[in-house]
Amino acid sequence: MSSSNPSDSSAPSGAAVLATAPALRLDGIRKVYGTGENAIVAVDHASLTVGGGEIVALLGPSGSGKTTLLSIAGGLLAATEGTVVVGGEDISGHSPRELTEFRRSKVGFVFQSVNLVPFLTAEENLLVVSELAGARGAARKQARTRAKELLAELGLSHRAGNLPAQLSGGERQRVAIGRALFNSPALVLFDEPTSALDTKIGEQVMELIQAEMRSRGTASVIVTHDTRMTHYADRTVRIVDGVLGLADAAGDVSGDH
Amino acid sequence: MNLALTELRRRPSRFTVATVVLTFLSLLLLLLGGLLDGLYLGSTGAIRAQEADVIVYSDSARDSFLRSRITPDMREVVEGVDGVTEVGGLGFTLLGATVPGESDLADVAVAGYELAPSGVPAPPPAGHAWADDRLRDAGVAIGDTLLVGPAATPIVVDGWVEDTNYLLQGGLWVTLDTWRAVQNANRPDAFLADGVVQVLVVRGEGDIGPAIDAATGSTSSLTRDEAVNALPGVKEQRSTFNAIIYSTLAVVLAVVGLFFSLLTLERTGLYGVLKAIGASTRRLFVGVVLQAVVVAVIAFVIGGALATLADRALPADVPLQLTTGRYVFTFVALIVAAVLGSAVSLRRVTRIDPASAIGSAA
Ligand SMILES: Nc1ncnc2c1ncn2[C@@H]1O[C@H](COP(=O)(O)OP(=O)(O)O)[C@@H](O)[C@H]1O
Ligand SMILES: [Mg+2]
Repeated sequence: MSSSNPSDSSAPSGAAVLATAPALRLDGIRKVYGTGENAIVAVDHASLTVGGGEIVALLGPSGSGKTTLLSIAGGLLAATEGTVVVGGEDISGHSPRELTEFRRSKVGFVFQSVNLVPFLTAEENLLVVSELAGARGAARKQARTRAKELLAELGLSHRAGNLPAQLSGGERQRVAIGRALFNSPALVLFDEPTSALDTKIGEQVMELIQAEMRSRGTASVIVTHDTRMTHYADRTVRIVDGVLGLADAAGDVSGDH
Repeated sequence: MNLALTELRRRPSRFTVATVVLTFLSLLLLLLGGLLDGLYLGSTGAIRAQEADVIVYSDSARDSFLRSRITPDMREVVEGVDGVTEVGGLGFTLLGATVPGESDLADVAVAGYELAPSGVPAPPPAGHAWADDRLRDAGVAIGDTLLVGPAATPIVVDGWVEDTNYLLQGGLWVTLDTWRAVQNANRPDAFLADGVVQVLVVRGEGDIGPAIDAATGSTSSLTRDEAVNALPGVKEQRSTFNAIIYSTLAVVLAVVGLFFSLLTLERTGLYGVLKAIGASTRRLFVGVVLQAVVVAVIAFVIGGALATLADRALPADVPLQLTTGRYVFTFVALIVAAVLGSAVSLRRVTRIDPASAIGSAA
């Protein structure tokens, strides 16, 4: 039941997408919170394929199930029904331990609210990722080099030694992006990455996200309720009341920005 | 970079309260333990030093040295028991002694003996003594003539011995005859006839205690450890102090448990994010335990230093004695309490849902 699905809107449309294996495949995902009379169907039979290197915007109003779907895609939440395959790895039946390992090595997350480790500098916040992987000796040294490179790329070299409290909102979100990219995951999931930022800073962050994803060929799903943000994506998928709909043809799909 | 240790270094103020409280608790543990050890060691040294297989009391003595009397006839019977190889008399008299040049009396335990206890040479000449070196604190020096008891019986100090005190009085080890002379001059109410001692120190092979008691029909034999525990107050002191020490450890456990579960509660958000990006429960939990152990180690080091200072500052007649064993016990107990106390947070850490990091829109 994996070969074709009517609501599967996977046709790659961005020029940068040279998909071989899809980065993400959601198949018949259903998520019910609670039981009995209190049951809430947050996501209903959602299927979505994101090609390698593709940037997909997931657009929907508040409460429509965007965060739930993203959490399922990233192995943060178990679906009630359906299959989740990330980079060829079917995580639907993973144990919590396997999911921890999966999240550590295969996906990157950027959350809505900033959540860096408050007592670590910008650079150390990136290095947390390698510490969680148990890096020692040479690997640790390599990780430091990589953190410095990433911070330079994100325009944060001069902030490497600053604590989160000393950074602006935009800078903090850039550090969070660096953390998500640190392990070179094939898929990065963004949950309303700019909603806590003002419009101008938010646009800069979106440009940065787009550039970083494009240059690495990293696939991503960017959740937003703001239609202005969708033109940074290759493709937009709408979600309303937990049900996925097709994008409005090419209208939401931006080329190069 | 270790997250838990980095937090300790960068935000020491968050751990100050716990460290200060644990420092005082470890100081308390060391002082209580030191007092217990001081009381125990100072009360029992003279008996622990005996190289005896059994100690023979008269059976009317109810295991008290001071009430016990062994006559030469009884001694002869004991010497004839199968398996008995060596028999020596032993007796104690507790008195005050005038020390040359000192205004305060020194508390002494004049001990008459024949078989040398461990660390004590063979009996000195009549009228001379080997003195326990704790008597130095009372101003005693080698060559001094102490005037013992109300009768001011002179005893000359010939040398030092260690850990031989009896009921917190400084041991003065003399011949049986000298001891009897001291007793009879100062305690005419408890006059000792020639050849009479309080107890017999007996060495031998096999189960000689019951054999001796059966042969005499009027003695009661204890092993050395039983004799130590039969000293007045020893068992009571130990159980009282240990009850206080273990209650204090329960407080340590509660303090660590409470402090780190509050800290964990405060970190729910952070732990959710760390779990979301791939931290295992185990790693986070180990971090909590590590922090508790480091706090306990710091508290022990400061508390230990304070206890050492207190030991120096306290007057010599406070029976505080800080042994290496006490430091080791306190350290191990603190670490165990820190690990167990912080382990209370395991459930809380386990229950933190990685999905909480992503949450819905605020
Ligand atoms: N942990 C939860 N328990 C119960 N209901 C939840 C939970 N999380 C989300 N929901 C509900 O599921 C629906 C979808 O929520 P969410 O995925 O957060 O939507 P969005 O991110 O689009 O705002 C909402 O009705 C929300 O109230
Ligand atoms: Mg949401």
